[in-house]
Amino acid sequence: MSSIGTGYDLSASQFSPDGRVFQVEYAQKAVENSGTVLGLKGKDCVVFAVEKLVTSKLYEPFSNKRTFNVDQHIGLAVSGLISDARQIVETARLEASNYRGQYGVGIPLKYLNDRLSMFMHAYTLYSAVRPYGCSAILSSYEDNKPEMYMIDPSGVSHGYTGCAIGKAKQAAKTEIEKLKLSTLDHISLVKEAARIIYLVHDELKDKQFELEMSWVGECTQGKHEKVPLNIKTEAENAARQILADDSDSDVDEI
Amino acid sequence: MAVEQRISGVNPMGGLLYPDWQHAEHSTGTSIMACEFNGGVVIGADSRSTTGAYVANRVADKLTKVTDYIYCCRSGSSADTQAISDIVNYHLAFHRMELGTEPRVETAANVFRELCYNYRDSLMAGILVAGWDQYKGGQVYSVPLGGMCVRQPISIGGSGSSYIYGYVDANYKPGMDKEQCVELVKNSLALAMSRDGSSGGVIRIGVITENGIERSVVMGDKLPKFYEG
Amino acid sequence: MSMPNKADCFSSLPFWQNGPAPGAFYNFPGTAASSSNYNDCGIQRTQTPMVTGSSVIGIQYKDGIIIAADVLASYGSLARFRNCERVMKVNDNIILGAGGDYADYQYLRSLIEQKIIDEKCLDDGFTLKPKSLHCWLTRVMYNKRSNFNPLWNNFIIGGIEDGKPFLGTVDKLGTAFSDPVIATGYGAYLATPILTKAYDANSQMTEEEATNLIYKVMQVLFYRDARSFPKYHLGVISKEKGVEIRGPIEIEHNWEVSTMGRNQLR
Repeated sequence: MSSIGTGYDLSASQFSPDGRVFQVEYAQKAVENSGTVLGLKGKDCVVFAVEKLVTSKLYEPFSNKRTFNVDQHIGLAVSGLISDARQIVETARLEASNYRGQYGVGIPLKYLNDRLSMFMHAYTLYSAVRPYGCSAILSSYEDNKPEMYMIDPSGVSHGYTGCAIGKAKQAAKTEIEKLKLSTLDHISLVKEAARIIYLVHDELKDKQFELEMSWVGECTQGKHEKVPLNIKTEAENAARQILADDSDSDVDEI
Repeated sequence: MAVEQRISGVNPMGGLLYPDWQHAEHSTGTSIMACEFNGGVVIGADSRSTTGAYVANRVADKLTKVTDYIYCCRSGSSADTQAISDIVNYHLAFHRMELGTEPRVETAANVFRELCYNYRDSLMAGILVAGWDQYKGGQVYSVPLGGMCVRQPISIGGSGSSYIYGYVDANYKPGMDKEQCVELVKNSLALAMSRDGSSGGVIRIGVITENGIERSVVMGDKLPKFYEG
Repeated sequence: MSMPNKADCFSSLPFWQNGPAPGAFYNFPGTAASSSNYNDCGIQRTQTPMVTGSSVIGIQYKDGIIIAADVLASYGSLARFRNCERVMKVNDNIILGAGGDYADYQYLRSLIEQKIIDEKCLDDGFTLKPKSLHCWLTRVMYNKRSNFNPLWNNFIIGGIEDGKPFLGTVDKLGTAFSDPVIATGYGAYLATPILTKAYDANSQMTEEEATNLIYKVMQVLFYRDARSFPKYHLGVISKEKGVEIRGPIEIEHNWEVSTMGRNQLR
């Protein structure tokens, strides 16, 4: 990393000779240093699960949230620099509110995604600003259909059925690919999401973490909400159990 | 009311200064109507446009397109309603490109409402917004003078409408099919046109479904006939 | 165009056509002719209500508040829209009823709804309380009226705050008060006496007693208010059961009196 950027990594408004924008790639690195966040889209629901790394025991529980409401029907989960992310959330809320004011109906997620991507992309074009050091996953439930998008610091975005960002995104993605997402209901989505977060969490490097979960779907009448504590706790217990069983059987085989 | 004053054209001495059409506002003293059915909407309007008592245009088209699937029936000042529908047309065309899908009828109605509400003191516009979208099917929204907006299964508007409230109430039945709606719209408008001096000419009908609009005209001499005593 | 002059409407006739009138500013003939007598009375800045709702009534009972309003939105004397809800749920501890211009009510409703969404976004466990909304509404209404552009409404706000029922009202001028019994529009004349009497007799009504009382009052309003309709919505809020919007409830009416003592009636 130290030699490749030489000279061409000081500004977001300059390409390197081999056609890269280093500042944007560094922003993506910032996301990869952050806790894992995943989004799963099932048959009637989208679930977010966030591995919120707790770097100090002195933090209050449930502080520094990483899942947000943007509008009644839209949720947003972020990985990366939290302060950057909050600005993205603020922008998203403003877009949603303006749309509602103008058109009298909730903003379609596709439209919000386009607007937010444009916004984030704008910060990769000028030398006077730096790109956002965060990725955002957007979720909604509109017209009886769940939807999910993910936006990169570069401003690129795609629709997803399952996606992961942050530290262990590779491991998480492999796990997600094993699932038959389109058949899963909200409860199994929560269980799978919790399991994957517990699975990919690196206990050696990051000691403590807090699982944060939110969902939007038929189960919440199309509103984005935190997953109720009892359901979340149940999923967490199940996840721990599965991990414990797995490690036991591993030992047996050896 | 200010409008009456503009139309009367009476000089301060009390005599008639000049014929009313010289300075009266070009307006669509109108009969308009829209009706939902399963799968679409029927819209209808007369074709008379007057300045005072003079028929400025006897074949006006008051069914105005805002998108391929959303039309509005205009009543009030021609200038105002044309300007409004042009603005909404522009707005929704742009919005359609941004969305990549056809705008909702609800959205269109809200854009109309927004304009009519914000400029309520300077506009004379009573508009029916009608159309079809994939989410809620055929829909009718009424945006009357004050700039409110409500969805109605059947709605009438314009100066001629006041003569046919009773007829429409008596003959509308929930769950009517397309043909029944067209029939009701024709009869109602014919009745309104025969009693309202500011309405007349032909009946223009539009049927909007998922396949777009299908337009037709009932000629002025082929209107349904009712008691004329 | 010449400046429209307010004095012109009220002063005596001009000496000659387009000429100066006593006590009025001189209108230059060229420009005055082109503008004819268009707008001679100046412009009207305050709006007038177009599509209007009639009375709203509210009363406090043992566990909470009930607000009622019929479903009619009139266009002058024409009963134009006959299924307009005028009672809304604001959040889990506030309900609101509106009379007057329906467009203005829709405008305010969208403001409030966005306010509630913004608050939910904060997700800090706090929610808007009825007294706060009441106070906010007085500021909105007073500001609008001070710009000579009032929202032409009467609002009644009901809710539960700190476990106690709250009932308050705001009108188009920003005048506000709170009371266990409130009625607006024609209801102020016809409903208040009945409601006050009932409330004074028993301030701890059950929900059933209160809804029955409201029914009777709505019936009186239907008989005696020419802009009313025999269908209404109820907003009921209590600490135990939260918010419920009920309706439309149909009012039965009785015309037996028309055949009693026929010779006295003319």
